[in-house]
Amino acid sequence: MNPIFLVLVFIAASVVGYLIIKNVPSLLHTPLMSGMNALSGITLLGAVAAVGLSLIAVDSGGRLLGQLLGGIAIIAATVNVVGGFGVTHRMLKMFDKKKKKL
Amino acid sequence: MSSTVYIIICALLSVAVLLGISLMSRVKTAVAGNLISAFSVFLAIIVTLLFNNILESWSIYLFMLVGVLIGGAFAVRVKMIQMPQLVALFNGVGGLASALVGILSLLGIGIIAGEYLVFVNVTSVLAIIIGLVTLTGSLVAAGKLHKLLPQKPVIWKNHSAILNFSLIVLIMTAIFSAFSKNISFGVEIALVVSIIVSLLFGYAFAIRVGGADMPITISLLNSLSGVAGAIAGMAVSDLLLVSVGGIVGASGLLLTQIMCRAMNRSLKDILTGKTSVTGKIAVTGKIPDQIGLSHDVITGAAVPGNDEHEPIEVASVEVSEKTTEEILKSAKSVIIVPGYGMALAQAQHLVRQLADILEANGAEVKYAIHPVAGRMPGHMNVLLAEADVPYEKLFEMDAVNDDFVTTDVAIVIGANDVINPAAREAKDTPIFGMPVLNVDQAKEIFICNYDLNPGYAGVDNPLYRRTEGLHLLLGDAKDSLNEIIAKLN
Repeated sequence: MNPIFLVLVFIAASVVGYLIIKNVPSLLHTPLMSGMNALSGITLLGAVAAVGLSLIAVDSGGRLLGQLLGGIAIIAATVNVVGGFGVTHRMLKMFDKKKKKL
Repeated sequence: MSSTVYIIICALLSVAVLLGISLMSRVKTAVAGNLISAFSVFLAIIVTLLFNNILESWSIYLFMLVGVLIGGAFAVRVKMIQMPQLVALFNGVGGLASALVGILSLLGIGIIAGEYLVFVNVTSVLAIIIGLVTLTGSLVAAGKLHKLLPQKPVIWKNHSAILNFSLIVLIMTAIFSAFSKNISFGVEIALVVSIIVSLLFGYAFAIRVGGADMPITISLLNSLSGVAGAIAGMAVSDLLLVSVGGIVGASGLLLTQIMCRAMNRSLKDILTGKTSVTGKIAVTGKIPDQIGLSHDVITGAAVPGNDEHEPIEVASVEVSEKTTEEILKSAKSVIIVPGYGMALAQAQHLVRQLADILEANGAEVKYAIHPVAGRMPGHMNVLLAEADVPYEKLFEMDAVNDDFVTTDVAIVIGANDVINPAAREAKDTPIFGMPVLNVDQAKEIFICNYDLNPGYAGVDNPLYRRTEGLHLLLGDAKDSLNEIIAKLN
């Protein structure tokens, strides 16, 4: 993919993200941060692609290394994603439960 | 799946993530927002599997299962007071994953070879560098927050020189990687140097940051973990990685800015180790010889101060002992100021109980939350939410600060620097100019702190010397609160 296009996407996403996140009140900054934290595990996609492609590659040269490093990457990123979203959900529900009581 | 369809799907998923985040700006919609973000990531994984035709690569599912089990266990078991170190730890593993993706892409393993080799090489090396700096930086931060490492800043000889030198080496490695394919062993050299030096750099920069600057540090590391993902995405031409990584990077940066402003610190000062406690006292945790004593202090004995600070005589305690009950019972308006000490003592449930009693007696109770109370942005709100305090009663500093003048009673629980009036008046102190809660303007002040030692910033609190309307309850906040509650019942 064209590098310039990728860099532009990066800049656009950062600016839009910045503007949206500005609206989050400090009350919710901890859940916001752990949610963002979970999203940073999106690198999982890169790891998944690397492991998948190296497993089915015709040239078996990098297969072992691909599975080993890529496997660690998938595990690490999945921990990040699942743990991050899970704990964010737990926190947000704590904020919300009073709503039902009142 | 054609690449046009793929790009459209990526754009849609990015918008979904943004929608999820914007829903997180209100408590009512936040749960849905988080679920939307999570679901988008789930869809993104399926799209990636389809687009790369790797549905049948069985090992992916095995690795993911391991990750789900570990991550799930963390999510279920972690205590709310441990959130800062958990976020720090997760930042680290995210950085590790991005770095590994960078390594594979640099080695040309598991990627579809494209035409932009130079760009791929440079971004791969950058992903390795930022990812690994995030990894070691986060592990150190998590270690400090979890009390596995000393809270004090550790400063080496020539610390700044080491950091500057490693930074230059890292930048040169990134530039070198652009040409590395033409040099024999060029890729291997770039790989080894970037790995070793970035691991060192992350460690060296985080070890120098003190415990109280952690809210800023983990916000910054949060930002870095996003940027690492985005750059790894550039290396492997994955649009979603680039866009979502960019969003995370921006959010971390925003939180870093907010924290810096609230603590009156510049990011540069923190990164260059200009911590306010260089060599001075940073009293954290319990000091053995004070545990037994601490509660007797309430009867009016002099406080065991530490060597550098003169003991503060606690005046008027005898009087306050008799009137605590009356003051609190007749109070019409109360502001509770929680600090990290409340979290350490796990006293948030008792705080809630006390608030309930006061409300039953006809008082209006508010909570004043300083932006840096706790060890990460918004930490105090989460702890109070855990104790079922309605979030409508939690007020940000700017919203509540003018109310102290008209308030009958301010109750401080384990907070020190954020209520220190010296920040307004004493020009030569490190906290001068830091926005503080105007607790000193309240008619009656109850302070349930562990001791009278200065807080993290090492600045004496003139509030403690006040002779009128001050009620000091030293010792574990849980005991102090229990005592008050017992009196009111």
